[in-house]
Amino acid sequence: MWEAPVSDMAVHAPHPPGFKHQFEDMDQQREADSLGMWVFLVTEIMFFGGLFATYIIYRALYLPAFETGSRLLNVKFGAVNTAVLIGSSLTMALAIHAAQAGKKKSEQVMYLVLTMILGAIFLFLKFNFEWRADYHEHLIPGFHFIIRPEWGAAGPHVPMFFLFYFFMTGLHAMHMIIGFGILATLTGMAHRGRFNSEYYAPLEVSGLYWHFVDIVWIFLFPLLYLIGGRFAIPGVH
Amino acid sequence: MITGLMQTGFTDMAAAIAAAAIPIHPTSASSIADSVDHLYYFLTAITLFFTFAIFTTIFYFMVRFRRRSPDERPADTKTHLALELSWTIIPTLITVVIFVWASSLYFENSRPPEASTEIFVVGKQWMWHIQHPEGVREINELHVPVNAPIKITMTSDDVIHDFYIPAFRVKKDAVPGRYTSLWFQATKIGTYHIFCAQYCGADHAEMIGWVYVMSPSDYAAWLSGGARNESMAQTGERLFTQLGCVTCHVADNTGRGPSLVGLYGKQEKLRNGDSKLVDESLIRQAIVNPNSIILPNFPPIMPSFQGQINEEQVLQLIAYVKSLGTEERKTNGK
Amino acid sequence: MSTTVIPEMPGQEIPAQSRVNYLNASYGVKSWLLTTDHKRIALLYLGSITLMFFVGGFFAVLMRLHLIEPQGALVAPETYNKLFTMHGVIMVFFFLVPSIPATLGNFLVPMMIGARDLAFPRLNLLSWYIYVIGAAFTLYAVISGGVDTGWTFYTPYSSTFSHTSVIPTALGVFITGFSSILTGLNFVVTIHKMRAPGLTWFRLPLFIWAMYATSIIFILGTPVIAITIFLLGLERLLHIGIFDPAIGGDPILFQHMFWFYSHPAVYIMILPGMGVMSELITCFSRKRIFGYTFVAFSSLAIAIISFLVWGHHMFVTGQSIYAGLIFSVLSFLVAIPSAVKVFNWTATLYKGSISYDAPMLYALGFIGLFTMGGLTGLFLASLATDVHLNGTYFIVAHFHYIMVGGAVMAYLGGIHFWWPKITGRMYPDGWARFAALIIFVGFNLTFFPQFVLGYLGMPRRYAVYPSEFQVLNVMSSAGASILGIGYLIPLIYLLWSIRYGPIAGPNPWGAKGLEWETPSPPPTENFEEIPVVTEDAYDYANVGGSRV
Repeated sequence: MWEAPVSDMAVHAPHPPGFKHQFEDMDQQREADSLGMWVFLVTEIMFFGGLFATYIIYRALYLPAFETGSRLLNVKFGAVNTAVLIGSSLTMALAIHAAQAGKKKSEQVMYLVLTMILGAIFLFLKFNFEWRADYHEHLIPGFHFIIRPEWGAAGPHVPMFFLFYFFMTGLHAMHMIIGFGILATLTGMAHRGRFNSEYYAPLEVSGLYWHFVDIVWIFLFPLLYLIGGRFAIPGVH
Repeated sequence: MITGLMQTGFTDMAAAIAAAAIPIHPTSASSIADSVDHLYYFLTAITLFFTFAIFTTIFYFMVRFRRRSPDERPADTKTHLALELSWTIIPTLITVVIFVWASSLYFENSRPPEASTEIFVVGKQWMWHIQHPEGVREINELHVPVNAPIKITMTSDDVIHDFYIPAFRVKKDAVPGRYTSLWFQATKIGTYHIFCAQYCGADHAEMIGWVYVMSPSDYAAWLSGGARNESMAQTGERLFTQLGCVTCHVADNTGRGPSLVGLYGKQEKLRNGDSKLVDESLIRQAIVNPNSIILPNFPPIMPSFQGQINEEQVLQLIAYVKSLGTEERKTNGK
Repeated sequence: MSTTVIPEMPGQEIPAQSRVNYLNASYGVKSWLLTTDHKRIALLYLGSITLMFFVGGFFAVLMRLHLIEPQGALVAPETYNKLFTMHGVIMVFFFLVPSIPATLGNFLVPMMIGARDLAFPRLNLLSWYIYVIGAAFTLYAVISGGVDTGWTFYTPYSSTFSHTSVIPTALGVFITGFSSILTGLNFVVTIHKMRAPGLTWFRLPLFIWAMYATSIIFILGTPVIAITIFLLGLERLLHIGIFDPAIGGDPILFQHMFWFYSHPAVYIMILPGMGVMSELITCFSRKRIFGYTFVAFSSLAIAIISFLVWGHHMFVTGQSIYAGLIFSVLSFLVAIPSAVKVFNWTATLYKGSISYDAPMLYALGFIGLFTMGGLTGLFLASLATDVHLNGTYFIVAHFHYIMVGGAVMAYLGGIHFWWPKITGRMYPDGWARFAALIIFVGFNLTFFPQFVLGYLGMPRRYAVYPSEFQVLNVMSSAGASILGIGYLIPLIYLLWSIRYGPIAGPNPWGAKGLEWETPSPPPTENFEEIPVVTEDAYDYANVGGSRV
């Protein structure tokens, strides 16, 4: 970025690394960064929330179709992925703790890399197993979707379920990929020894983002995979 | 060109005022037009009063307290809670009055009287298809008798349109996929505009027509004049056979589907426990999205007819089903 | 030409021209396109939105010329439908929504609170680039044949039936939305965390309260329109029935989602203008604002209640009567805080020392026109009258009174007020007052006849109309030509003043506020030393002047 020359009159005391000049001190910077991330997460809640609301409305309108679609999802992979993501939130928290507690940079890096590995496992399972299978079974709307006769009268609206499924999980996956990029950057910074018990705000703030992405999945998994009536008790509606 | 325009504008304005030809007030030709207008005048009075009051106060303050010397420094203001509360509470009370007035008028205007004549309207790009129950069909024209309540039930074949009769002060969207309705009672014989008031594509501005309000005898003559028409119910009955509905919906309940005799107007219990009133909307839903209405004793095997028939035909089928209900009551009342 | 002469505040010298400020601190295209200085970014926005304003305004000129004749004087109906759509899309999303926040907000928020920049300067630059990319997509749509769905994109017309460039336009709007979200985020964090010592919430200028309330709406509302537009785009591409009833969708759901953002959006467009009002009225009557707390809280009240009234756009869609009642009562409620502001501004003038500079003329015009526009909203919140007036020119007149008679006047007033601070130059006051008057007259002549047209029943978005409506249409078009000239005049003299205008001192208006305690134009870092605030806002009775 082009830095305009600062006026000669500005007093220039030595600043801690990572200090940004629009702030007065590191405390102000840390608070601003943290508040900024929380506000951003509020916008994300409104973003996903609008989508969730639409999904819920259409589920109410086309329940048989949505249940049919939901049962076609692979709940085993969904469940494993849930565990993987929760694990990655744990490793992220451990990475932050490592910096906060002044642990060696190798420990910070280890946890960050573990988080990335778990995130990669999530994406790999989703894309390579779930989505690839859906493509071969003609369940992707707009890409040779085939309405199967055994779906009966619910058939015509099953594509709508899958539109929501791919849009919601795709949007989530996109956020995870961005998170991946953030983690990679943080790993580089940690490797260069940038974080210590005085300065670990970027880890904390990114941790907020990563936990949010995790929480979105924790809503998505039951809403998409579990309420398809697959665990219905006979006789109870 | 622009000065020419300004000249035209101002000359026209002057001429029109002179000839009293600038319309200011729309025709009133329905039972509710005057009451809507009274509310409108009240709101206009409030608007003018407050606008005038604010403008004159500002103007007065601007002159009275204009800066008289460059370093004039007025005394400080004090907060005045009583004033703040007054000008918060008084406008609130005024809005309460307006809300109560407007809402009660709206409430009255949304319930058609029991004995309304029903007329059915289907909007499609870019014309209004109108069907009388007796079978007479019109395009962009609506003939009605004076001083009789008319209920318009409408839908659209394609995009959202809006059926608007300014002289009657009524308007309602015609939405594809559902029925909406409005009602009016014309009070003056004459001819009035129909406009489409929801942008619907290229010829939205051409989707206009006329309401012809006639005396009862003229209306009866118009209705029976022209080619022999079969009623909507009769056309519906023909469709019912043509489309094969009659093969499942047998009158004595021996078919794969329920009998429709006496069905209209009943409260039906669905398989999931919900209870629904069998009205036009539910019958339409059963025809285009049968899987959303599953009855306790019948399997969900009815195919959807969406795309096979247009909205006018759906209305004809509904008219037929209604007529079955009427017969049932007649036979029961033997 | 006369300028009010105020004795300079003690301790401030008239700066020499060769002093380093944010404009001359560095030269070259790269120093502007890669700047992180909030003041330069404000100017980048100023240039872009002015361009978009004149593009959208050009379409309006064509529309009004066309409507001189009942059968249309200029273009085919299909073209007219594209003109009103693009006029709406550009004016709403690319001019009004960013206008005051992205230009005056970006420039002034850090200065008014005694900070060196916003909390996230690089994010601020990114916001501008996102805006430009979104604008580029929309302009591409304009050039590649236009779009004809109306700025409201109602389905199923926009999802299934329209054959125009819906997706590029939708993409442009979607992308630009993120520009607003990031600006709102930046403002909220800055206002919370970077106020100068002593600057408590209730000492803040009301412009800051207005920016804060606007930012809340940016943050909560914009993501919802983003999702709505994305779903619309998906439907258009993949033909899955989300909003198209023929394939199982619900067109009314689209309207609910669309208006959930777009109603608060109109408050995004007016709240900043109200913030500017508080600054102008206090300065040019040289008095503290009457009822500071009430005005501050009314901004927040408007922001919050604005999220609860969206259904008043849908009274005639066939929604339930009870839903209509709820939205009606809430719509009346949202009018009250605005009324409170108008009364407080008027009371501020009482026993003041009022000068008639151009910014004040714009401010006074705003109060009158906004009052009228707001009161005509009562006609539309009233269920019984809305049935008759919805979808007619009454609506068009109502929102133009608020958005043009209100927001644009406030925007111009603010630009004129802070022009000397931003550029270090003064504009010619005589021309400025003349333009303000022309705009006021032209505006009323354009839009007042439209109230009458609406009551008579002329629907909006009509390329042709019955001949009985012609006289009023011609009046409106005549007014529009005057209004158009009125807008060109400031463009000319403001640009002229950058080079040839007299040099302005730090505080030519004798105004209160931290931004006026810096040289004109300010240095890049705003303040040599961060000030310590000991006074309330608008403490004009206090001769000492400075807040330090």
